Amino acid sequence: MKSRMTQIALALGAGLVGAALATSPAAAQATLANVKQKGFLQCGSNPGLAGFGVPNAQGEWSGLDVDFCRAIAAAIFNDPTKVRFIPLSAKDRFTALQSGEIDVLARNSTMTMSRDTQLGLDFPVVNYYDGQGFMVRKKLGVASAKELNGASICTQQGTTTELNLADFFRGNNLKYEVVAFATADETFKAYDTGRCDAFTTDASGLYAQRLISATPDDHLVLPEIISKEPLGPSVRHGDNQWADIVRWVHNAMLNAEEYKVTKANVDEMMKSPNPEIKRLLGAEGSFGEAIGLTKDWAYRIVKHVGNYGEVFDRNVGEGSPLKIKRGVNALWTQGGLQYGIPIR
Amino acid sequence: MAVQSLSFIRTAPVEATPPPTAVRGPVGWVRENLFSSPLNIALTLLVAFLLWIALPPFLRFMIFDAVWTGSDRNACREDVIGRPVGACWAFVWDRLSYFVYGSYPPAERWRVDTFFALLTVGAVWMLWLKAPRRGLGAAYFFIVFPVLSFLLLTGSERIGLPEVPTAFWGGILVTIIVSVVGIVLSLPFGVLLALGRRSRLPVVRLASVTFIEVVRGVPLITVLIMANTMLPLFLPAGMSVDRLLRPLVGVALFASAYMAEVIRGGLQAVPKGQYEGAMSLGLGYWRMMYFIVLPQALRIVIPGIVNTFIGLFKDTTLVSIVGLLDLVRTIEASRVDPVWAAPTVSMTGYAFAGLFYFVFCYGMSRYSLMVERRLAAGQRR
Repeated sequence: MKSRMTQIALALGAGLVGAALATSPAAAQATLANVKQKGFLQCGSNPGLAGFGVPNAQGEWSGLDVDFCRAIAAAIFNDPTKVRFIPLSAKDRFTALQSGEIDVLARNSTMTMSRDTQLGLDFPVVNYYDGQGFMVRKKLGVASAKELNGASICTQQGTTTELNLADFFRGNNLKYEVVAFATADETFKAYDTGRCDAFTTDASGLYAQRLISATPDDHLVLPEIISKEPLGPSVRHGDNQWADIVRWVHNAMLNAEEYKVTKANVDEMMKSPNPEIKRLLGAEGSFGEAIGLTKDWAYRIVKHVGNYGEVFDRNVGEGSPLKIKRGVNALWTQGGLQYGIPIR
Repeated sequence: MAVQSLSFIRTAPVEATPPPTAVRGPVGWVRENLFSSPLNIALTLLVAFLLWIALPPFLRFMIFDAVWTGSDRNACREDVIGRPVGACWAFVWDRLSYFVYGSYPPAERWRVDTFFALLTVGAVWMLWLKAPRRGLGAAYFFIVFPVLSFLLLTGSERIGLPEVPTAFWGGILVTIIVSVVGIVLSLPFGVLLALGRRSRLPVVRLASVTFIEVVRGVPLITVLIMANTMLPLFLPAGMSVDRLLRPLVGVALFASAYMAEVIRGGLQAVPKGQYEGAMSLGLGYWRMMYFIVLPQALRIVIPGIVNTFIGLFKDTTLVSIVGLLDLVRTIEASRVDPVWAAPTVSMTGYAFAGLFYFVFCYGMSRYSLMVERRLAAGQRR
């Protein structure tokens, strides 16, 4: 107690909020025990982002990040509804995690070295590889971003998007004219009304904005991705068991997809002779117990939430209005980056 | 006798001639109010021109081109339905229950409805000046109603209602709760702070002055961010204050400080003779304030009080920045839903929020005008 008071006093005295965050007393072990005792998971979520977290008419949230939290809840409680979503803005998301107000942050946050090392956080996995892309009108007749020489490009002011754009064009020795706006909506509206030739933002955002366009079919997302935005859930640094759970929840979903275990056939698959599936679903070995969960932890995830492919498909992929292609988010067996670490 | 027969004396009053057409009826009104001087003529023409520019597109968007029914984005897309599309009211209609209740469990939403009904009863009882037993109404509004609402909305297994954590509250429910708590608490606290600031006891005066000046010296958004982002860092691990309660306390304190200054203005406007008269009758401090000074002071500052209320009501949208799902935040969260992705959906959502706030604020302002006129009846000549 005394050392905590000293810490707080020091942090206040120095006025170093960052220091206070990094050495926060809340970074306690035993998040799992705490979650079990509360009876629900507290998940920091996006307050509204197409495909990643949006409420429906009944106020139930859905999305890629939302389903990730539901998967954790399913693994712990065998009940995907035992999760409370706390919508957080970009500014207060990490603070909420550091202060212990939430147990896990799944809010399309880019994993970077400074966030991983200086904020007192850990990013156990990347559940969506995003990156900056371009959208153009089909009638422009451009098939690659490298053909955008001399184009005017709409982008949002003061974001890394603008810097990535400059790097890309300079690196390829192309000329361009940037037209910047304050908000994402404004930027897209300008592009949609013909103010610029191309529009740039993160690829997932391109698809979401294209839907809002007056004529979605007239626009084309170019294949080039010019920046790396690995989005993933984060947890407090220092609770390795909890980070393990988050890491393995994602890997279980990937493995389930790889071995074609789906929400629909998971009960049948329990009887599968394939040792990989046996280990995954807990028919063999006790891998769940090693991370403080039960043997059937992965079965619960797939049964209640589905495998990674199903989650991707219904929230952002072909099964959703966004229709984002798997691209780099495909399994490694299909040329993507999502690689399920073996459970053994 | 002879007088009656005199033919030049009228026996019946002559019928009054109507005033010239130029000063009566609609024509007269227009001449008097719109075209009485060159400046007036110029202003009238300017306003007419602005209306002519702005009104048709506005009506077209809000009403004539609007889409009223539909179940997804296709209903509000020009390329699908083949006509220009204005406001997409189908979206608001589809998401209305989310805008009103947030994520409050559907099976328990009758509790929110009951809360709204209880609030309406309390508000009418308090606001309708001829309502019977208004003293009882005040007791209901300030004591019974808050306790009842709290039990009803949060619930507890002990009273047989499933608990609904505040994390599930949202929409108009949260907007109304934040506003009502701010409005209900700020008036009594404001009066106490104003009296404290004018007190002759140095400790009380200093405490009131410090509180008022510190709170007024800080923007509301800072108070909210402090409450919702910083406070958890300073609390011991495992201890947490409810996420809705924190901004509620912040808003109430903030509103009290502003209210105190408004009421102090009223206190200063009451002539000194009133204080002296009350004292000469042998009234103590509290009786003097309660019977003589405050009734006059509060009447003088009704416009200021209502102004503060309206400002507070609109300021409640700031809680959306600290992650509470108030009306504006629920609209923001819904408008990005790909199911409703269409060009005018965002604008429609904001138009709905605008209408909501306008109806409430305009209502408050009209009510205050009415009360002001009635309470000032004694001073009309």
